[in-house]
Amino acid sequence: MPSSQLWAVDVYGRVYSLSTAGQQWEQCHDAQMEFKRVTAAQQCCWGIACDHSIYLNVLASDLPIRYQEEAYENQRWNPVDGFTERLLPSDRWQWSDITGLQHRPLDSFQLSSTSWEWECDWFVDENFEGHPTEKGGWSYAIDFPATYTKDKKWNSCVRRRRWLRYRRYKAMDSWAKIPSHKTTLPDPFSDISCGGWEINDEPRGRLSLWAVSLQGKVWFREAICHNNPEGTVWEEVPLPGEVVQISCGPGDLVWGVLWEGQLIVREGIGRDCSKGTTWAEVESPSPDVGAIHVAVGVGVVWAITKDNKVWFRRGVNSHNPCGSGWISMVGEMITMNVGLNDQVWAIGSEDRSLYFRQGVTLSELSGKAWKAITVPRDRDRSHSSASAASVQSAGCYFTGEVQAPSMLSDVESDVEKDSTEGAGCLVLIQNPESNADTPIDQSCDPPTEVPQPRVPKVTSDSFISDLVSDREDVKSTSPVVLEEETLIKEEEDNVIPEREHGSSEGHCHRWSNVDLEEAMSEQAPTGHVQDSSDSCSLSSIATYTLVTDDLYRGDEHPLWAWVSGGGCSVDSHSHLHWFNSSATMSSLTQSVQSMSLSVSPAQTTVWKRQIFDQLTERNKREMENFTHYEQAIEQSVWVKKGTMQWWRDWKPHKWVDVHFALEQFSGPEGNKDGILFVYYNYYEEKKYLHAFINEVTILVPVLNESKHTFAIYTPERTKQRWPIRVAAATEQEMHDWLALLSVSCCDSRKIHSPPSKQAIWSITCKGDIFVSEPTPSLEAVPYPTPCDQMFWRQVGGHLRIVECNSMGIVWGIGYDHTAWIYTGGYGGGFFQGLASSTDNIYTQTDIKSVYIYENQRWNPVTGYTNRGLPTDRYMWSDASGLHERTKTNTKPPSPQWTWVSDWTVDYSASGGTDKEGWQYAADFPASYHSCKTMKDFVRRRRWARKCKLATTGPWQEIPPISLSDVSILPCVEQTSVDVVPVWAISNKGDVLCRLGVTTLTPAGSSWLHVGTDQPFKSISIGSACQLWAIAKDGSAFYRGSVSKQSPAGDCWYHIPSPAKQKLKQVSVGRTCVYAVDENGNLWYRQELTPSYPQGSSWEHISNNVRKVSVGPLDQVWIIADKVQGSHSLSCGTVCHRLGVQPLEPKGQSWDYGIGGGWDHITVRGNSTEPAQVHLPSVAQRSSFSAGDANGDIV
Amino acid sequence: MIMNNDKDVLRDVWFGRIPSCFTLNSDEVTEREAEPYYLMLPRVSYLTLVTDKVKKHFLKAMRTDEVEEMWFEYEGTPLKWHYPIGVLFDLHASASALPWSIIVHFKSFPDRDLLHCPTNSVIEAHFMSSIKEADVLKHKSQVVNDMQKKDHKQLWMGLQNDKFDQFWAMNRKLMEYSTEEGGFRYIPFRIYQTTGDKPFIQKLFRPVSPQGNPHTLCDLLKEMYPAALTNDGEQKRYQVLIHGIEPLLETPLQWLSEHLSHPDNFLHICIVPVPTD
Repeated sequence: MPSSQLWAVDVYGRVYSLSTAGQQWEQCHDAQMEFKRVTAAQQCCWGIACDHSIYLNVLASDLPIRYQEEAYENQRWNPVDGFTERLLPSDRWQWSDITGLQHRPLDSFQLSSTSWEWECDWFVDENFEGHPTEKGGWSYAIDFPATYTKDKKWNSCVRRRRWLRYRRYKAMDSWAKIPSHKTTLPDPFSDISCGGWEINDEPRGRLSLWAVSLQGKVWFREAICHNNPEGTVWEEVPLPGEVVQISCGPGDLVWGVLWEGQLIVREGIGRDCSKGTTWAEVESPSPDVGAIHVAVGVGVVWAITKDNKVWFRRGVNSHNPCGSGWISMVGEMITMNVGLNDQVWAIGSEDRSLYFRQGVTLSELSGKAWKAITVPRDRDRSHSSASAASVQSAGCYFTGEVQAPSMLSDVESDVEKDSTEGAGCLVLIQNPESNADTPIDQSCDPPTEVPQPRVPKVTSDSFISDLVSDREDVKSTSPVVLEEETLIKEEEDNVIPEREHGSSEGHCHRWSNVDLEEAMSEQAPTGHVQDSSDSCSLSSIATYTLVTDDLYRGDEHPLWAWVSGGGCSVDSHSHLHWFNSSATMSSLTQSVQSMSLSVSPAQTTVWKRQIFDQLTERNKREMENFTHYEQAIEQSVWVKKGTMQWWRDWKPHKWVDVHFALEQFSGPEGNKDGILFVYYNYYEEKKYLHAFINEVTILVPVLNESKHTFAIYTPERTKQRWPIRVAAATEQEMHDWLALLSVSCCDSRKIHSPPSKQAIWSITCKGDIFVSEPTPSLEAVPYPTPCDQMFWRQVGGHLRIVECNSMGIVWGIGYDHTAWIYTGGYGGGFFQGLASSTDNIYTQTDIKSVYIYENQRWNPVTGYTNRGLPTDRYMWSDASGLHERTKTNTKPPSPQWTWVSDWTVDYSASGGTDKEGWQYAADFPASYHSCKTMKDFVRRRRWARKCKLATTGPWQEIPPISLSDVSILPCVEQTSVDVVPVWAISNKGDVLCRLGVTTLTPAGSSWLHVGTDQPFKSISIGSACQLWAIAKDGSAFYRGSVSKQSPAGDCWYHIPSPAKQKLKQVSVGRTCVYAVDENGNLWYRQELTPSYPQGSSWEHISNNVRKVSVGPLDQVWIIADKVQGSHSLSCGTVCHRLGVQPLEPKGQSWDYGIGGGWDHITVRGNSTEPAQVHLPSVAQRSSFSAGDANGDIV
Repeated sequence: MIMNNDKDVLRDVWFGRIPSCFTLNSDEVTEREAEPYYLMLPRVSYLTLVTDKVKKHFLKAMRTDEVEEMWFEYEGTPLKWHYPIGVLFDLHASASALPWSIIVHFKSFPDRDLLHCPTNSVIEAHFMSSIKEADVLKHKSQVVNDMQKKDHKQLWMGLQNDKFDQFWAMNRKLMEYSTEEGGFRYIPFRIYQTTGDKPFIQKLFRPVSPQGNPHTLCDLLKEMYPAALTNDGEQKRYQVLIHGIEPLLETPLQWLSEHLSHPDNFLHICIVPVPTD
């Protein structure tokens, strides 16, 4: 999960954010004024500043915010001049919107605020409904308004064309004031709350923003979405009283607090009405004390009464937003906030500390206990190293820019000093015991300053002081760093005291004595020469004592005023570093981390390298010259046995108890081998079946809710489409067996390392990842290795898509669209111990939805009800209708998954739905459509519930953009490419080009957004940088002029899809382009030439195809449905195109490999040229053709 | 081969071999001359477990009525079969030339120095009790008690038949610890010395200091055998050997325990004088 942020405002109005991955509060340096309140979503944060205006801070992402303005130019034909701008008096405006009702001359378009800039000038849209027009983008019709066509006919009397202009939001990562438009200027705002993004994700990035004004009125901001982050206008919402505070959850909950202490609940909020319709009133939790504050989440409501007591509302859900009763909770709070996943933060009324509610889960929404978040602020970090020298640069905080101190003019720095002192005074008021002078003193004379050691620092916010002072200080005062050095280089022992002394002298010169004294007074009691800023050096953490702790807590503890977790994605599983910060902890847990992180990498290498080297040397010394000696222990057979269940081969098929055994022995050449036995009873007769370990091609875990099963395939079993299916008694047992069998299979094939760069990767429909090492003969012509003989081994992790190239760059995309980079390890998941690499294994999470269907039948009396005919399917069922699936009995896909949301109606079912999510049909099962007709007697709707998996694997996240497709340039063997082109489609359909991808930095550095006129869904780049993509409308696009020099290319060429088909996926190899359409047809692009890289037409190759992957040798692999084996039929089967040759790029037939249940394959890493079989004529032509192909196709 | 993985260390430790030359003691009464017998001995195993071939070889030359329990001697020192072979070699013969020449005796069993070892089940009992003792130290014996009889058998059979995978498939569980604890409860170790009356040093020692710092080999020696450490300006007097190598003193003890322990789950550390030549 990407890191996200918790936002908070301290009592001085300073805005801070704390990353879920972070360990300190980062001050929002851009905030030029104090803020009262903030409310965050994941993509932005809204705030009310001290001027009572509303500000918006859109978090920067690689995806620009672009808004497409459009205007239509309308013309009418007359016999004299042809088409002219002279229209009839009854006609629309000459420049209009799409309806023709609004007058829209081009110069009437203004930027909506200073946060926007124009991207380009107006241009004519040359495309009409996805197809290029040749005549300046005109479309024709008989009259306005009518149906427009792109072709001019004899009766075309009017025409129009569309002009486009893009504007871009430029005020990313800064607080931009929302202009208040003259018409509906509300009185000053006093509270604000955003949410509602789970109600409806159309348009994308949609948010509900509610605000309260000082007079107690409530306002709703209209039309906030990704392309329009500021929204349009404030609309007043009628009220039953005066509101003091409002809270809007991520879903449909909106609660407010009335001046008198009752609460109001917004009702009628739904997909089509984000504003709701009416208010319902709820009494204050306590009859005597009114409520003062409310905070709502997806399914929870928390409130605080005027006596600071905390209350939790029982029984709140979408259908009953008011809930059923109050429960008193522990803790006295001043304010609180519910963030994502219904997690709760609150600010204590006594200490103004920020507390996180621990243990909030879906089943226990009220959580378990309050836990203080104790991380330091970024200004605390540099606290003890704060310096007089940094005072000058303290202005950076106020200007929001990092400037070198010397660049400030005198005047500026004076002003800033004043403001610094002002801020300092604020602190002093809060801390009367530290009634010292301002700490600004540049003299280097210690004695006079000694009595005021505890002066709070307000001068250390600048990056410069941070950067400069930290480094210097750590070196001079942290004994640990030095100790490490002494261990490595003992001869330096004597030098160290001198160095320490020397640098503290330097310290004295450079920094004010205030700091020096302060540091000493803090550190003296503990006897440690520690530096609070040194939170990076983990090994020093444990030596902090409670004394230091107390000293720091005395006045350094931040005082919070407001918190917002709406952008902060944590849940009860999240591993946060917020609670045991370096400055305040001395517990063992922290030291454990320091240990598991071990010591610094440099040091690790020293001692570990020493052991590696010495062992190697020892083996050489003791064994190398004695290999002819006899071994003391003869190798023998080892057997592991167990009991399992087996899905028996004969009918009726069912699970039967069997004995299961693996016999391992050493093969003739010292390699290990084994035999697998299944002992069963056949009509009282003992029988067994066996499989040689070196013939096993794959072990597939088939975890489901009822059984811990896995399937064992051999080439023979793959042909039959009938694996050996066995089930273990427990998940653990299954994992033990799988890990053992997997090691055994790898041993027998002598595979002991991570996948090679050439590896073929594939993914099952369960998200399991498999990898296979291609042999050179895999692509041999005419006799390739049959692909049912390919050996696949599992790699930990969970993905939906994986793509690679022959340089070892492998990207994955999870079900939740998170992008992952392969780290070079192997194992993870249940592969522990020997089956896994120690390094490069990380935690991976994924989220997917489980769907069930609610089915109803119409009857003349009561309309649609859940009473079906006796012959009907279950009223709650799976997609097929064959199995009952109710909300309560449906479990996550396997025990590794846990629910993370409640059931919700899914409006995105294919075919469309009505407002309540229903799809109608004449009868079950039939084709469903979104609106009811006379002939429809049944309807269904789909419910979705999200579940989450946490596993491990050799994958690391590439935040922050979610992807739906990715493609990496396939390289022909031995090509050396510095920067590898990687293209992707975001899950919103944006086309992105990844910059900075190399073998050393396979994750790249940043995204470059490539504009398109519609969302895209698939992309692929060929060896010669031919870039093809599929748009949402099913047509293809070719990107012109993509090259190493110009990685983003210049423009899109539209390529119509095959007749009546909508393409869904494309793959480009060395010279070939293949695409798959939504009906499962595989198409080959004909006549691609260097001069005309778009080709001429689509040629049908095959049907029943789910996905295609074309490799750097133009090899073609697909995932096919409905592959018939001798025993069974399989869907989702890996297939290989046979007979693909340079002059016959379409190949001849399919060879069937592993399946079913496969979802994805990529062969784009396999650039191993096959062993050449010399058929003279072909070889000659192939060399010619290859030269042709390597020519510049672009 | 280049090592880049902690797993390789486990394999190297397991597959460590000492080339040995067994010769029959000259006092033994033989019917004909007995040729020396050359054998690769697994460092992690036990002498009496892996010398069936040696016994068979010399018995062929012996008069059967002269044969008592077989025992081994190196340069006058009877070799204790219940120490791992690697420990015996590092302790007594690390400075000598290879192959390691061991003298085979069939009479005058030195009862004062050696334990009798009539059958392999004695070795098994010794081995399993070491594993249990180690687990008492590491996990309050929770892991080993959770194991079934067949799991114990798997550990022993793994050692007996030199099955690395078989052994480690089970031993992995003995090496686990919760990340919160940051290591075992105590490190099972034994420090051997050539001199002194005690056979070895074994005390309670934690992998992590009370302050939370990981203990290193240096920390252990400082407390258990300070003489083994070289002070400033001194000439190095002792080698600290584990599996025939000298790990750096800053190597974390927990890591050593996980990777360089013998199959009996103890970290056997030999402290031997630096060879004079």
